[in-house]
Amino acid sequence: MSYTLEGETGAWEVVIGLEVHAQVTSLAKLFSGAATEFGADPNSQVSFIDAGFPGMLPVINKECVAQAVRTGLGLNAQINLWSRFDRKNYFYADLPQGYQISQFEFPIIGKGEIEIELSDGSTKQIGITRLHLEQDAGKSLHDQHPTKSYIDLNRSGVALMEIVSEPDLRSPEEAGAYLTKLRQILRYLGTCDGNMEQGSLRADVNVSVRKAGEGFRTRCEVKNVNSIRFVMQAVEAEARRQIEVWEAGEEVVQETRLFDTSRGVTRSMRSKEDAHDYRYFPDPDLPPLVLEQAWVEELKSGLPELPDARRTRYVGDFGLTPYDAHVLTLEKETAAFYETVAAGRDPKMAANWVTGDFFAGLNRTGHGIGDSPVSAENLGGLLDLIKDNTLSGKLAKEVLEAMFETGKAPAEIVEERGLKQVTDTGAIEKIIDEVMAKNADKVAEYRSGKEKLFGFFVGQTMKAMQGKGNPAMVNDILKQKLA
Amino acid sequence: MTAATELTIAGARAALAKREISAVELTEAHLKGIEALNPRLNAYITVTAEQALEQAKAADAALAKGEAKPLTGIPLAIKDLFCTTGVKTTAASKILGNFVPPYESTVTANLLRDGAVFLGKANLDEFAMGSSNATSAFGGVENPWKRQGDNAALVPGGSSGGSAAAVAARLALGATATDTGGSIRQPAAFCGIAGIKPTYGRVSRFGTVAFASSLDQAGPVARTVEDCAILLGSMSGFDPKDSTSADVAVPDFAAACARGVKGLRIGIPKEYRLPGMPAEIEALWQQGIAWLKEAGAEPVEISLPHTQYALPTYYIVAPAEASSNLARYDGVRFGLRENGGDLKDLYERTRRAGFGDEVRRRILIGTYVLSAGYYDAYYLKAQKVRALIKRDFDEAWGKVDAILTPATPSAAFGRDEKQDDPVAMYLNDVFTVTANLAGIPGLSVPAGLDTRGLPLGLQVLGKPFDEETVFAVGRALEQGANFTATPSVRAAA
Repeated sequence: MSYTLEGETGAWEVVIGLEVHAQVTSLAKLFSGAATEFGADPNSQVSFIDAGFPGMLPVINKECVAQAVRTGLGLNAQINLWSRFDRKNYFYADLPQGYQISQFEFPIIGKGEIEIELSDGSTKQIGITRLHLEQDAGKSLHDQHPTKSYIDLNRSGVALMEIVSEPDLRSPEEAGAYLTKLRQILRYLGTCDGNMEQGSLRADVNVSVRKAGEGFRTRCEVKNVNSIRFVMQAVEAEARRQIEVWEAGEEVVQETRLFDTSRGVTRSMRSKEDAHDYRYFPDPDLPPLVLEQAWVEELKSGLPELPDARRTRYVGDFGLTPYDAHVLTLEKETAAFYETVAAGRDPKMAANWVTGDFFAGLNRTGHGIGDSPVSAENLGGLLDLIKDNTLSGKLAKEVLEAMFETGKAPAEIVEERGLKQVTDTGAIEKIIDEVMAKNADKVAEYRSGKEKLFGFFVGQTMKAMQGKGNPAMVNDILKQKLA
Repeated sequence: MTAATELTIAGARAALAKREISAVELTEAHLKGIEALNPRLNAYITVTAEQALEQAKAADAALAKGEAKPLTGIPLAIKDLFCTTGVKTTAASKILGNFVPPYESTVTANLLRDGAVFLGKANLDEFAMGSSNATSAFGGVENPWKRQGDNAALVPGGSSGGSAAAVAARLALGATATDTGGSIRQPAAFCGIAGIKPTYGRVSRFGTVAFASSLDQAGPVARTVEDCAILLGSMSGFDPKDSTSADVAVPDFAAACARGVKGLRIGIPKEYRLPGMPAEIEALWQQGIAWLKEAGAEPVEISLPHTQYALPTYYIVAPAEASSNLARYDGVRFGLRENGGDLKDLYERTRRAGFGDEVRRRILIGTYVLSAGYYDAYYLKAQKVRALIKRDFDEAWGKVDAILTPATPSAAFGRDEKQDDPVAMYLNDVFTVTANLAGIPGLSVPAGLDTRGLPLGLQVLGKPFDEETVFAVGRALEQGANFTATPSVRAAA
């Protein structure tokens, strides 16, 4: 059932397209050698080029171009071997040159496509219109002084990829799933860290509404939404506003709006009439960007495995459930962790431990996969100890807990705490003999047919062995002796 | 021996090498001339006497050690559009009136690398926009030449008027200049000296205040073609800091001067014969053809059919780029700031106070031609015409090795003439703008005097990156013309 919003006049469809600004992961800026690290002191990462000084000229950073091409390849998109940089002219205090270098008419990446997964298990193809490279502006700080604004140019000149989707999204959920998937692909590729809190990923959301079977109605653009949750909220808020406008017999006007996250509504930022005339023209300081097909191929062959391919492999080769495969491939780091655990071991057992007790441990201790106290190697080691009967499943859980607390290797913990499973037949027989001697009445009952007492003997034996007896051996020996 | 200020660069180099003169003496002679004449000519905005003497001392030390480089001890004027570390760089604009760059342009860095001495920063039209040097915020430059029997002040041409006047008046042996539509060649012609705008991409634009990025190209002015060749050799070269810089080898330009023109085919474009052009310009052109013929070249009539569209094309493309290039002068980070009530007010006050009329006019034209609804009719169309102009030349190179034209449609004019008619002023560039639009080299050579005793120049245009042939043809013209006239205002010998 497709998503609609109910108005007074019936159901409305929502049409959404996203323009995502993704900061390119690179050491230096798009056209200067200045550093791009987040959180540095204001104006400490600014070259004369970034500050728009007289006579300064831009020189393209090849790594940023490579990152855009990798992203294009990851989006199954057309790589344009000829593209061009244009100047987008407007005045603002944090735009030192008085123009932003962008790609207007001829972007580096053309049409592409990504598949999104929805909560009902279905998938949907979403078209990518284009991806282009552009410079970021600096940052204006208006809250530092009662009458003055401060300018931080650290971000000025940092490379951004603007990734524009087709208006293929039809619900807040799809918009959220699209952004989630796009971020996942970018992170896998290592072309953008996807960090929305730090502003590495920001979305402009284009929303319109229509009745079933209609063409597109006027859209509005909600600027600079900085979390997936807010994108989903903004879509619904803006769609509801437009429905009210249409149903009041008025026209929706094309304009740029902002999402007020505290009130959950969008408000007008500037109308189409107030829109800047950016006076785009080809940047005469930069020749057209010409790529060689061989270089594109080289980048292609160096691409990491992407989430879709990895998920398919987990299901096909490892026999994981689609759900486990999905969970394990959501983040590149998780998948890498899992693969280290699974290497040379039972992949399903590895998946169960990673998605089960390991994830629970992370949650409990407030860690992420990146700073997990338990390394993938150590978790694998724990699985080995289960496999060779050193630990029972139950003991292994205890050891894992201790690993989260101490960060130590499982063997070390087993050693320290004397948790080693007893597999010595003689030792187990001795304990069982004692248990049977102590409970002669129960032995008689069992032998006379009360077979459910078997569990009692197992429990007593394990208790006497402080849980360290190998459960299979305990079972076998008990069966023999009670027979 | 010849007075120090009368030497050519080649001559000074020989004299320095033979220790007939020291670099300090050579520099002092020029500083003396500047002291005497600059208050009148206003060719320099900033004189860096102390620094020049330090550089000259270092040059003498290098010479003594036998470590001379191509320009060791040669005193030059630097157009005040090239950023120079620690030395005020104004672009002749109030908006950069107190701007001291913390970096060096590639051109000046190359000259310093080769041992040059910088006497100071030469005056120009504001942001290199003008053909008479009248738009400088620091006052116009006076041409050292006078009409016979008339003491009226004449313009030196522009925008590199300070550079040309300084070299003509013997206040420098040579100078750097820049040429966006004729700003090297027209003032060189007006001041009776030589000047070359090389192929676009030959000289780095890094650190040079931009006017119109796709047209701007730096080059030298000097009193001989060979001196221009020597200076260009040092200024040129691939620069990774300029994406439009060409990664091509720099040939020995000075050696090319002596090549001769025997067997060269010289194109004579019929479209450069303008209605109402003074007869003496036409006569000089014919004279130039005759000199080259005598030297063994073959004149060939050619057609450059889109020439008539060059000037309007130029006055769309150049202002469009300028309107964007000059947006950075906003009072926020450097240069002049006139505080206002809010950001917009600050912009308006700063730019109103900082830019002169001509700069404002071009920013407005440029903003207009790039505006939504006008872009296709103006900017896009101009780019198409520009491609056609370039194609005219490309086709010509199939038939000829170089092209000969007049440099300017007139000799230097009075400081009070044409100033209130921008279009008449723009017509000065009619013979020179094509080379900028096509990106080809163009050399202006002093070739004769008009009936009132003012110098006139001929222009040699060449194939992209074939400055060598241009220099060879220029040298042949120089020999034919045997131009020995000197301006009436010049440093005492």
